[in-house]
Amino acid sequence: MTARRTPDSFRAARRRMADRLATLFSWCATILVVFVLGSILWTLLEKGLPGLHLSIFTKSMKAPGQNGGLANAIVGSLMQTGLAVLLGAPMGIFTGIYLAEYGSHSKLADSVRFVSDMLLSAPSILIGLFIYMILVAPFGHFSGFAGAVALAVLAMPIMVRTTEDMLRLVPLSMREAGIALGAPKWRVTCFICIRAARGGIMTGVLLAVARVAGETAPLLFTSLGNSELSFNMGREMSSLPLAIYQYAGSAYQDWVQQAWTGALLVTFGVLIINIVVRIGIRGGKA
Amino acid sequence: MDVSTQQPVQSAVLKPGRPKTLTGDPFFRGLVLSAGVGVLLILGAVIVVMVVGGMPAFGQFGPGFLISKVWNPVTQHFGAAAPVFGTIASSVLALLIAVPLSFGTAFWLTTLAPPAASSVIGMAVQLLAAVPSIIFGMWGFFVLVPLVAHYVQPAAKALFGHVPVVSVLISGPPFGTGLFTAAVILAIMIMPSITAVMRDVFASIPSVLRESAYGLGATRWEVMRRVVLPWSRQGVVGGIVLGMGRAMGETMAVTFVIGDSNHIGWSIFAPANTIASLIALEFPESPAGSLKLASLMALGAILMAISFVTLWCSRMLLARGQNSTGKRS
Repeated sequence: MTARRTPDSFRAARRRMADRLATLFSWCATILVVFVLGSILWTLLEKGLPGLHLSIFTKSMKAPGQNGGLANAIVGSLMQTGLAVLLGAPMGIFTGIYLAEYGSHSKLADSVRFVSDMLLSAPSILIGLFIYMILVAPFGHFSGFAGAVALAVLAMPIMVRTTEDMLRLVPLSMREAGIALGAPKWRVTCFICIRAARGGIMTGVLLAVARVAGETAPLLFTSLGNSELSFNMGREMSSLPLAIYQYAGSAYQDWVQQAWTGALLVTFGVLIINIVVRIGIRGGKA
Repeated sequence: MDVSTQQPVQSAVLKPGRPKTLTGDPFFRGLVLSAGVGVLLILGAVIVVMVVGGMPAFGQFGPGFLISKVWNPVTQHFGAAAPVFGTIASSVLALLIAVPLSFGTAFWLTTLAPPAASSVIGMAVQLLAAVPSIIFGMWGFFVLVPLVAHYVQPAAKALFGHVPVVSVLISGPPFGTGLFTAAVILAIMIMPSITAVMRDVFASIPSVLRESAYGLGATRWEVMRRVVLPWSRQGVVGGIVLGMGRAMGETMAVTFVIGDSNHIGWSIFAPANTIASLIALEFPESPAGSLKLASLMALGAILMAISFVTLWCSRMLLARGQNSTGKRS
């Protein structure tokens, strides 16, 4: 190979070199990304696991050194996320139905789709400020309800997107069959299309849960946080992300420890939902 | 699929001879239509509320609000320049890191990887997008900040400390928190969505184009560089702009590592603030009705304008890219 150095072989070598360099770079980039994910998960396990005791689930947040838990934050997270999905799901799913079955490509539907995509990527902190202005400032106090509404606004676009996409996968022939049998359109939509696509729609709901369960920024301005166990959504309410935010920045060793444990709980909860959903999608399509 | 579709078809069979419920249709149509209109109203309300909320600040400081570098709660003087600078600087830096990283990963996933590995690694990359942003913040604060303070900035100073222009960019004491650290975290966070877009547009190229290039003897890199990239340029740019939009609005992760300083400077290692981090940090000390809160709302309105314009651009680019490839109607 090195015997003759004609311009052609030189050029071939250069091309091979460029290809190898690109390949090497590409491998490095991928390995780096996987390494970062691994590092995050490892850090969470390493720092979070030692604090994972039963008392995390049974005790509420306490002052530093008093051996508190995160029970109130976990309850708050579950309640607010649950209410957010209850509020956001009907609107999201109905909008998805409108886009797929009724509006299709009308001007109005196009703008609804566009706006929903905007909301999907809009900074969550803006939604928090928005809800603060309409549900917190006028009432004079923060509330878990306001937090849930903020999360609902964030959850909704995800369900719009998945509902529309999944309904579009339902074959037209099924709709035609329903209409040929004399069923009105709403029955065809509800009892044929939705049923056929319900797996996919559930996927969207789960993804929405996973997205809002870890949201922190909008809750800072809406539910504020609370260190006592509270089931009253009309008042300040804690949640895991808020507790993590409060604890992680503190100077107390045991608070930081609890922040890591909370982070471990949130992250693995969210990741498990995502893995289940993604494997489910792939299994369903195969 | 088959099993689940049999049953509903049966249940949709109406008893013959019975008049159909005609009232159901307009009702249901109205229901889904109002949900759709509701989505429009929400965005409209967000825009109105942010602008109205920020009005007192715009009224007090006028257009000077946009260019004033002062953020002083004591003298009640507020300006948007420093956080706007921080937002744009950190997002641009983040893109400088994220774009090569995403491109490399997308190249690997679409061209180099064996199919099984591609789907597993592809899923791992998407899981990275699912990690809540506060977790990135904690990881950045406890893992990345010491790394930057003890190794990255000192190393950069040792290497480039005497190069005329570069030395200004890396000057300053090694706090660990600052624009650079925030940019790294942001890059990691937006990288999955850029990769996902790139992967989709790379995969949408007709395989006959790819294969004919290979048939002519092109290497994999040449196929990517001369065939795939020109073909998918618009989609790639759309994905990058989308990533930028996400980076600018990111709050919690940045709040942990940005260093909280309303300062405009050349050093990429200097502490700064983004609009989002400033809002998150200062909000608890802003009573309702105060000028400070109005200033924060005005900042929110600016952030909203920047990110909506960015998202709009990315959507236009992506939609046109998809039309030209004929992938989606």
